Amino acid sequence: MSVVSMTVNGKKVSADVEDRTLLVYYLRENLRLTGTHIGCDTSQCGACVVHLNGKAVKSCTIFAAQAADAEVTTIEGLARDGRLHPVQDAFRDNHGLQCGFCTPGMIMTAIDMIRRGKATDRDSIRHELEGNICRCTGYHNIVSAIEDASRRMAMAEAAE
Amino acid sequence: MIPYAFNYKKAKSVAEAEALLKDAAEAKLLAGGQTLIATMKMRLASPSDLIDISQIPELQFIRKDGAALVIGAATRHADVAESKEVENTIPALGALAQMIGDPAVRHMGTIGGSLANNDPAADYPAAVLALGATIRTNRRSIAADDFFTGMFSTALKDGEIITEVSIPIPERAAYEKFRNPASRYAMAGVFIAKTKERVRVAVTGSGPCVFRHPEMEAALTRNFSPEAIKDIAVDANNLNSDIHASAEYRAHLTGVMARRAVQSAAA
Repeated sequence: MSVVSMTVNGKKVSADVEDRTLLVYYLRENLRLTGTHIGCDTSQCGACVVHLNGKAVKSCTIFAAQAADAEVTTIEGLARDGRLHPVQDAFRDNHGLQCGFCTPGMIMTAIDMIRRGKATDRDSIRHELEGNICRCTGYHNIVSAIEDASRRMAMAEAAE
Repeated sequence: MIPYAFNYKKAKSVAEAEALLKDAAEAKLLAGGQTLIATMKMRLASPSDLIDISQIPELQFIRKDGAALVIGAATRHADVAESKEVENTIPALGALAQMIGDPAVRHMGTIGGSLANNDPAADYPAAVLALGATIRTNRRSIAADDFFTGMFSTALKDGEIITEVSIPIPERAAYEKFRNPASRYAMAGVFIAKTKERVRVAVTGSGPCVFRHPEMEAALTRNFSPEAIKDIAVDANNLNSDIHASAEYRAHLTGVMARRAVQSAAA
């Protein structure tokens, strides 16, 4: 056991966990942030994607101890003052989900790809979604949501 | 899934990692962990200790050093893919890094980890072998030709840590891979590098371990064009056969990928 501390969604947190604790369990079981999902257990589905120091990573394939002293953002950390993040809004407006299980990972991946300037067209959005699996929607509306969100964020940035 | 218990230790320097390795019973080095952690979750690996070398600053760099590009072992795939230095020297290497796994994997996975793991379908081994790179460790320099010794096996000895890879800058290079439609792993991937003296061809995904193709190399050294290798049949003996592709199909794909790689390198 060792005490692992990090900043999650802007708050300093700390927990005494076994060294083998994966980041996703640290978030879900120690911090009770259950928005980050476990979908596959084989590092393929992307339901567990969070941001580690601003970059999308699979929280099921990194130990909590590796993230010690880092900044982690989860789906719970996106809304501001009761207002959804533009990517969350776009997923709702474009019906970018059915059951919603993959959605937290999809949204964290989407924000990361938009930030890196890779959400420029539908093809490249599909490539960037390679590590996220959805079993309901066939991706069409997810791609539309990300395309829309990317446009909205660019417009918001231009307006500032 | 939860791995067997182990002790986690974060090394701040290569010297500290060496010392930690020496003290542990059955330690493994943890770099990006994108293969190792998945393997540990399946309980197919159970090291007593994990020595995390992924955050050692001296292992994270990309720099041009004379006629070579030198990349620190703990440099992430995403950093190679986005690097201006790589784009200006060996753009085919940046393009290859961009094809590994998915964005989240590229944010964690490292070049040193990929080489040490030597997965039969990994991308970096093909580049490193075709480009005639040198793998430097805490103890010695190993030529790529001597490094990859078999499926998931390398010339690395116990206690040896890859520190950097020195890659001679070629005149031209390209990588083409045929991805498995589901996993996106290379069913056949070919990296071709042309220097002033000669052409080297390295094949990944097709066999149990990355390998060179001397017949194609000789033909392409004489005439660097897809036509030069169109009649060279790749031997299916010793290639992988599985539910995704037979050895014969992989042999065929290897030829196709080689011709495409020559075409894009020559363009």
